[in-house]
Amino acid sequence: MSMPLKVWFRKGDPWVWLNAGAVAVCVVMVVGLLGLIAARGLTHFWPHTIVQGTYEPQEGGSYRLIGEITEEEWVAASRVRDAGVEIPEDVKVVKRMLVKIGNRDVTGFDFRWLIAENLKDVTAPEDLMVIERREWGNFYGYLLSVKKDGQVIARGEEALAALEERLDRSLDLFEQIHTIENSDIGSINYAQERLRLQERSLELQGKLDAAAQQRLTEERSALDAKYQSLKSELDALNEQIGSDSLVAEAMGGEEVEIPLKHVVQFKQPNAMSLFQKIGSYCHQFWLFLTDDPREANTEGGVFPAIFGTVLMVLLMSVIVTPFGVIAAVYLREYAKQGPMTRTIRIAVNNLAGVPSIVYGVFGLGFFVYFLGGNIDDWFFPESAPAPVFGTPGLMWASITLAILTLPVVIVATEEGLTRIPKSLREGSLALGATKFETIWKVILPMSSPAMMTGLILAIARAAGEVAPLMLVGVVKLAPSLPLDGNFPYLHLERKFMHLGFHIYDVGFQSPNVEAARPLVYATSFLLVAVIVVLNLTAILIRNRLREKYRALET
Amino acid sequence: MMDEFSNELRESTMTTEAPSQVPSNTTPQEPKTVDLDHVPNKLDQEDVCLEVKDFNLFYGAKQALFNVNMKIPKKRVTAFIGPSGCGKSTLLRSMNRMNDLVDVCRTEGEILFDGGNIFDRRVDVTDLRRRVGMVFQKPNPFPKTIYENVAYGLRIQGINKKRVLDERVEWSLKGAALWDEVKDRLHENALGMSGGQQQRLVIARTIAVEPEVVLLDEPCSALDPISTLKVEELINELKERYTIVIVTHNMQQAARVSDYTAFMYLGDLVEYKDTDTLFTNPEQKKTEDYITGRYG
Repeated sequence: MSMPLKVWFRKGDPWVWLNAGAVAVCVVMVVGLLGLIAARGLTHFWPHTIVQGTYEPQEGGSYRLIGEITEEEWVAASRVRDAGVEIPEDVKVVKRMLVKIGNRDVTGFDFRWLIAENLKDVTAPEDLMVIERREWGNFYGYLLSVKKDGQVIARGEEALAALEERLDRSLDLFEQIHTIENSDIGSINYAQERLRLQERSLELQGKLDAAAQQRLTEERSALDAKYQSLKSELDALNEQIGSDSLVAEAMGGEEVEIPLKHVVQFKQPNAMSLFQKIGSYCHQFWLFLTDDPREANTEGGVFPAIFGTVLMVLLMSVIVTPFGVIAAVYLREYAKQGPMTRTIRIAVNNLAGVPSIVYGVFGLGFFVYFLGGNIDDWFFPESAPAPVFGTPGLMWASITLAILTLPVVIVATEEGLTRIPKSLREGSLALGATKFETIWKVILPMSSPAMMTGLILAIARAAGEVAPLMLVGVVKLAPSLPLDGNFPYLHLERKFMHLGFHIYDVGFQSPNVEAARPLVYATSFLLVAVIVVLNLTAILIRNRLREKYRALET
Repeated sequence: MMDEFSNELRESTMTTEAPSQVPSNTTPQEPKTVDLDHVPNKLDQEDVCLEVKDFNLFYGAKQALFNVNMKIPKKRVTAFIGPSGCGKSTLLRSMNRMNDLVDVCRTEGEILFDGGNIFDRRVDVTDLRRRVGMVFQKPNPFPKTIYENVAYGLRIQGINKKRVLDERVEWSLKGAALWDEVKDRLHENALGMSGGQQQRLVIARTIAVEPEVVLLDEPCSALDPISTLKVEELINELKERYTIVIVTHNMQQAARVSDYTAFMYLGDLVEYKDTDTLFTNPEQKKTEDYITGRYG
C-alpha cells in the first residue's frame, strides 16, 4: 500500500472496517442460529426413506433390520470396543449410525446405534410402511392383512386399500369420541363440580335448606341423565372403533396386530413422489402445530404450549402496559425531578437486571401463596382444602412476568415522554387546558409509539422466559386449555403449557432422548417464530402510530 | 429547543454584562424614565387592558426582569423589541403565567388583568390562559386534523356539539384568514400544511376560544417573507377584536404592525411609547443605538 499507515489510520478506514466487521459477526451468528434450529427442527417432518438391510455384527448373530437412518458419525474404534462391540484390531475409527427402528412394543427400544460397515444389502422396498401410533411410537414393517371383528377382510395387495378405508372411518370415530370426552363430558364434569361447590358454599353459609337440597338434587340428576346418555353413545362408538385392526410383519418377522384405534396415520415413504412427500410434510407440520402432545410429550403436537405461550404473553401485555405507562407518566410529568426520582429511576433500571428466577420465587411466595391463599380464604371457602388461586396458574404467571418486564416499559415510555416537544405542551396549556388534559389528549397519544417500543421489548423478554414460569404456573402437561366453552371461558386459575418449558421438558426430562431431540429443535423454532410474530404485530402497530404522530421528527 | 437556547443566551449575556448594567442605572446624563407620568404620551388616552406593576422576575438566583411598569392598551398592537435575552419573551410569558412551568421561576410585583392580579392565589390559571391566549415562535399544531386542532380548546371547555363546533371552527379559520385554503381538507392532518399555514392555524386555534388578549411570541421568526406578510396582515385585522402583544426581533415588523412599542434591554424596560415616536425620535440613547443597529 502506497498510502502511509498513519494516514490510513487517521482517515478512519480501520474503524469503518471494525464496525462493519462487528455487524457482520452479529448477522452471521443470528442467521447461523436460526438456520441451525430450522434445519434440525424442520427436517424432522420430512418423510424419510425407510431402509431394509442385513446387520451382521462381528460377534455373530445377524438379523434383518428395518428403520430410518437418522444420524451418522465417525468415532474412535476404542470407544466402540469399550462398549462391547467387536472391531478388528487394525481399525482406528469406525463409522456408526443411529437407526430408528421403532416398534417399541416388540423390540423395547426406538433407536439403535450400529456400525455402518456391518449393515449389508441395504435396500428401500416400496411396500415398507411406517405407522404412527397413539401408543408405543412408530411401527415399521410390512402390512399383511386388515381384520374386522377378528376376521381377515383383506390380505396382500388389497390390504392397503382396505386399510385406507377402514382408517378413515376409525379416525372419524376417534374424532367423535374425542369431542364427546373432552367437550361434552368435560362440561358435565365442570357443571357437577360447580354444583358441588354451590352446595358446599350454601352449607358454609348455613343456607342449605330442603328447597336448595331439592334443587341441587334435581340439577344433579339432570346432569347424570345427560351423562348416561353420552356414556352409552361413547360406549357404542368405542365398540365400533375397537372392531378393526391390522396385522403387520415387524423387523424380526413377528406378526403384530395393531388395533386401528391406535393408528394416527400410515405411509409408505419409499413409494412417495416428491409432491406426495411435500404434501406429507405439510400435513405432518400441521399436526405438530394443532395436535395435543402424546407419549410424555415426545410425540404429537404442541398446540396447548403455543396457545399457553401466546395467551400468557397477551395477558402480560394487558397488565404491564397500563402499569408501566402510569408509573412513567408520574415519574416524568408529575414528580418533582430531584434525588428522589433519580433514585427511583436507578432502582427501576436495576430491576431489569434482577435474575428472572428471583421474580419467580417472589411470585410464588407473594402472589401464589400470600395473595392467592387469601383470595381463596375470602372468596372460595367452599373449595377448601383444594386451592383455586392459591396454586400456580395463568394469572400469577402473567402478573409475575408483568413485574419482570415493567422496568422496560417504564424506561421506554419515559424516553418517549421526554421526546415530546415542549412547544406542544405549551400550545395545549396556552389554550386553557389543564396539565391532565394536556397529558391525556396530546402527550399520551404522541408517546404511544414509545410505549409500543417498550411493549415490544417486554414481549421479547417475556415470551422467552422459562425459569420463573416453572414456579408460578407452567406444567409439563395441562389437562385442559385455559380458554374453553365453559363459563367464565377464561380460566385464569388454571395451569398452562409453555413452549419454553416444553423445550426443557422434552429435551432434558424425557425418557426417550433420541426421539425428542428433533422435537426440541422444532419447538425452539416455533418459539422463535411465535416471538417474531408477536413482535411483528407490535411493530406494525407502532409504525402506524408513528406515521400518525410524525411531528416528533421535526 | 429554541427556548433553552434563548435561555442560555440570556444567561450568558447577563453574566457577561452584569457589571456594566449596574452603573447604567445611575448614568447621570441619561436619566432613566420608566415613569410615564412625566412624558406626554398617547398611551395615557388609551383604555388599559393589562397593567404591569413593579414586576420583578427571577430564574433561581438570577434576576431576569427588573422592576417593570407598563400598561398594555386595549385593542391595540403592542410590540416588545430588544436584543436577545433582554427579557421580552419572559415578560410576555408572564402575562398568561406560562412561566409557572419553569420550576425555578419566581416573581414579585403584580400584573393586573380585568381588575385583579393574575398571580393571585385564587386565580384559575386555565381560565386566565383561555382569556390570554398565546402563539409561539415555532408553529406547534397538534398532530391531529386541522378541524380537531381548532376544536381542541373548545372541547377542553366541554363544547362537544357538532353543530356548535362546526360553526366555531369555520369562524375561527375565517378569522385567521385560512378558511379558503383549508375548507376542503379540514380532516387532513395539520402537519401536512406549510409553516405559514400552520402558524395561522395556531392563531385560529387561539382565537377559537375567544380570548381577550393574544400574546404572540416572535410569531414570524420561523416563516418565509410571504407567510410573514400574511401573518402581519392578520395581526392588523385581529386588533379590531383583541388586544395584541407581540414580541419580535424584527424592528421593521414592529414598526409595521404595532401601535405601541416597548424597548427592553437586559431586563429593564427602557422606553415605551407609541411606535412612530419611538422609531423617529427615541428619547433614550440605548434605544437609538438599538434601532440604528449599533447592537442587538
